[in-house]
Amino acid sequence: MAVEVKIPTILRTYTDGAKSVPGEGENLAALLDDLDSRHAGLKGRLVTEDGALHRFVNVYVNDEDVRFTGSLETKLSDGDAVTILPAVAGGADAAQ
Amino acid sequence: MLRLPAAIHDAIIAHARRDHPNEACGVVAGPAGSDRPERLVEMTNAAGSPTFYQFDSREQLKLWQAMDDADEEPVVIYHSHTATEAYPSRTDINLAQEPNAHYVLVSTADPDSTEFRSYRIVGGQVSEEPVELVADAGPAGG
Repeated sequence: MAVEVKIPTILRTYTDGAKSVPGEGENLAALLDDLDSRHAGLKGRLVTEDGALHRFVNVYVNDEDVRFTGSLETKLSDGDAVTILPAVAGGADAAQ
Repeated sequence: MLRLPAAIHDAIIAHARRDHPNEACGVVAGPAGSDRPERLVEMTNAAGSPTFYQFDSREQLKLWQAMDDADEEPVVIYHSHTATEAYPSRTDINLAQEPNAHYVLVSTADPDSTEFRSYRIVGGQVSEEPVELVADAGPAGG
């Protein structure tokens, strides 16, 4: 399934500055492997060693947060729009 | 240096006071590449916590898409600390992922005065910067 993936500013070092790149995959996991084959290291910024999506990365397929659609198992269709955004978060709870 | 309309500075402080004792958070958008924060957007703190904030993921997407459509970017990302000083915590530093943004911290720990400070956070390095308040010079914004 051929899709278009929007890349946030902080990850454009992996795409030579491109804001949007094409990709393929039956589901999100396959898409990330596909992207990583052309943009080495990108997957590692999105998926932890346990194989789950990073807690502070938001991935959307057609504007739906994939946390609600099966996470890495989310199925993709031709022409889907995938958007990656780093979650904006923080707070005072760490020791300063 | 962060140059910020005084009215937006005041509105950020009012937002932080209103949400106290939970952390308040939001964005000031401006034209891409201009470094001019012009449009304040208060965001829901999905964590609703006195010690943590996180943008609601759907709201964040809508805002980022709207900024993209309007050729804007997040010039300022702000949040408040409700019991500690207005300085980025280890968590703030680890999670700062907008390299072009000014990170504004507000502290509402003291009921009688509000700390308002600004920082750049790039590659895990924090540097504080001066804040200069300016009169609204641009077109009236929301």
